[in-house]
Amino acid sequence: MNAPNQSAGTPTPTAMPTATLTTALTTAPTAASTAIPSPPATHGRWVMLAIAALVAASFATLRGDWSGLFSLESLAKMAALCRDFFPLETSPAFLKQIAWATLETIAMSLLGTLLALLLALIIAVPAAGLNGSAMRGVARALLNVCRAVPELVWASILVIAAGLGPFPGTLALAFHTTGVLGRLIADAFENAPAEPFEALRRNGVGPVSAFAYGTLPVVLPQITSYTLYRWENNIRAAAVLGVIGAGGLGQMLYYRLSLLQYHDTGTVLVAMILLVVLVDAFSHWVRGRLAD
Amino acid sequence: MTLQSSPAHTPHTNAASATRDPAWHERLTSSWVFFVLIAGCAFITEFKPWVFFDRASLRSSGQFLASFYPPAHDAEFLSLLLTSAWQTISVATAGVTLALVAAAPLALIATRTLSISRIGNRSSVKRLSASMLFIPTVIRSLVRLILILLRSIPELVWGLLFVRAIGLGDTAGVLAIALTYTGMMGKVFLEIIESQDARPTQALLTNGASRGQAFLYATLPSCLPELVSYTVFRWECAIRSSVILGFVGAGGLGQQMDLSMKMMDGGQAVMLLAAFVVLVWVADMVSKKLRKWLA
Amino acid sequence: MKISLANIDVELGRRSEKRVILNDVSLNLAAGEQIAIIGPSGAGKTTLLHTLACAIAPSRGMLLIDSTSPWKLSKASLHRLRGNIFLAPQAPPLPPRQRVVHAVLAGRLAKTSTLAALASLYKPGDAAAAVAFAALAKFRVEDKLWHRCDRLSGGERQRVGLARMLASDTPLILLDEPVSALDPALGLSALKTIQDEATARQATLVVSLHDVQLARQRFSRLVGLKAGRIHFDLPASAVDESTLADLYGAEFEAASGTAQSRVAEIADDEIASATAMAIAEAPPVARCF
Repeated sequence: MNAPNQSAGTPTPTAMPTATLTTALTTAPTAASTAIPSPPATHGRWVMLAIAALVAASFATLRGDWSGLFSLESLAKMAALCRDFFPLETSPAFLKQIAWATLETIAMSLLGTLLALLLALIIAVPAAGLNGSAMRGVARALLNVCRAVPELVWASILVIAAGLGPFPGTLALAFHTTGVLGRLIADAFENAPAEPFEALRRNGVGPVSAFAYGTLPVVLPQITSYTLYRWENNIRAAAVLGVIGAGGLGQMLYYRLSLLQYHDTGTVLVAMILLVVLVDAFSHWVRGRLAD
Repeated sequence: MTLQSSPAHTPHTNAASATRDPAWHERLTSSWVFFVLIAGCAFITEFKPWVFFDRASLRSSGQFLASFYPPAHDAEFLSLLLTSAWQTISVATAGVTLALVAAAPLALIATRTLSISRIGNRSSVKRLSASMLFIPTVIRSLVRLILILLRSIPELVWGLLFVRAIGLGDTAGVLAIALTYTGMMGKVFLEIIESQDARPTQALLTNGASRGQAFLYATLPSCLPELVSYTVFRWECAIRSSVILGFVGAGGLGQQMDLSMKMMDGGQAVMLLAAFVVLVWVADMVSKKLRKWLA
Repeated sequence: MKISLANIDVELGRRSEKRVILNDVSLNLAAGEQIAIIGPSGAGKTTLLHTLACAIAPSRGMLLIDSTSPWKLSKASLHRLRGNIFLAPQAPPLPPRQRVVHAVLAGRLAKTSTLAALASLYKPGDAAAAVAFAALAKFRVEDKLWHRCDRLSGGERQRVGLARMLASDTPLILLDEPVSALDPALGLSALKTIQDEATARQATLVVSLHDVQLARQRFSRLVGLKAGRIHFDLPASAVDESTLADLYGAEFEAASGTAQSRVAEIADDEIASATAMAIAEAPPVARCF
């Protein structure tokens, strides 16, 4: 790690003659080894060893034909599968189905995100410590569990209770997103300036009103941007949730693939990629506009 | 007093119009749009919360919930739980390692600050430089395009396709994570490297160092902590991805979870779920510790 | 509201490092009385106002508001009592991005149900908007009714904070440096508006001011606060230069020379507010009052 000294020592690098550079390169290591025998370095060696061991053990215990990872054989098989996708299925009837599935995907993500926002706002209030520290702990734990369980796992649980279709998928998105948004919003509440809220409280205003007039206007922009960001994420998530039967493009992909209808599968894949790319571009554009 | 004739002040003649909220119509319109949108979404997603309460689904979810207790705890299942958990970790770790190996060179190729061909830009060979710059620019754009493509297909879809192409097992999961994460990590590595101060690197390049040398001696030292920290963060995400990939047959906790859900075996499902939450929590801790230590 | 403070001590800070901010303060206010509190920075003016607002509990002594002791009330009753007191901090606590209309109407929140408060955020009712408009008009910022608070200048923010007071309906008004960000002429007229409002609602008004001349000009009773103690409590006519010099200490004597001479220079203009301006713009040392 001698190079930072060197780069730090060259404020005008273009003007630096090569001779200085070579001396810096040859002298720096000895200087480093004698002058800075830093304790974090030995600590670092153990961490490095642990990581190396983890990686080695992971590769060693992979089940199945893990040499296939490096032989490119699996990639070749994959390429063969991809070739089967062409020509894409483009009959109007099928495209209409795809359009509906795309709409379903977007609707799931939108409704899921809004539901999550509602739930997150409700849970974030105790999670920000407004109802005492005991409630804060309980609410935070609840949010953590919601967040730790991925959408897909939520969906697989909800499919049991509500049957197949986009509805359990929407709820699955909502539950996971509640965890994510709830924590972000609770943090935003905790970090908001207290004075407007406190001043209202001192004047005898109830907690909810004081919160709505004192804290909410401050954190609203943050909440909006978090929500948009999560919506973007959720469109992507909604696209794949269907794989376990929770509606949208994913469900279509799974069915077509299971039925070995590869041309149809190819079209669904293209629709999915287009959706993701468009959402990316759109959110990039929105973010650019919000920044002004 | 003089202030009564302050020019900016308009008297109360227009009070009635001034108390009308200028943003009200916009607000009303957006409210309507919002409600119509919600209603539309609710219709499309077949949003019917009451299906939870019809007799059949109440019975099935009741049975499922009741079977949570007692959680499965026989030795055979516990050892299966442990091996699945390890499988999940190993798939994630192997996937991220491969992604790192692939993403780092791709990011290096696509980095503009490490471009040797751009050095001569301002020199007397101006006429030549346009054609000299062309091929590297194409290569850089191509790499960026590949990275975009890799990450716009979700890992679950990659997993589904790989399971189809090469069969069930860890390999499909590892490759799915490796490909998606190559796209994500390549992009972020690129951003990190390009956001660094380019002058030390350029200095080495103009002095005749190779791309690799310039990277190792000037670029890497300043952005290494960020790069490593992002990789660790991705590893944490990969654990989650690895579980999800199990649902399409790529092994690990996810596959076991899928099986137990399908068999409505709540005792196993609850244990697997708990194991998963603990695993994510531990990964989160480890990643936080590592990143804090790096910072 | 009738207020009486008897031998009040107030301590702030954590248990290990408590500082005595108010020391043996006794003060009686009749209902509808208007007083100004003056004194050097750090004398405890803000703390005194917070104590009157039942925001800080005194560590010793007796505080009576309308002959009830607020700190012996239940939590809910205490909070109801606070709904009858309006305290405006020196820096108006206006959240950025909130629109001025809501910032003003926040003054009435204590008397508004939670549901109505939330509905008003969506659409302020016509009557409510008219109240906010009228309140702002008294401070000549009614054209800012629908603007965002973070787009206001410092003086406009302060006036919006005062308009919030007008929107409230409390029988006790406590204002901490209400005109510090206004130019002297505007400050004078704002203070007059405040006092008229207090008279109209027969409210007790306590104002802390750094501008001694303004305080003398507008209030009949002045309370001088120094190092946490009541230094004097006199009719304005009885407050003369020596009393003030005593209150502000050596700083005043050093600075008063320049301030006084400036006052003499522009005294011919016979614009009382200009005097205040001269003092407000005197060198920093003199600005402490």
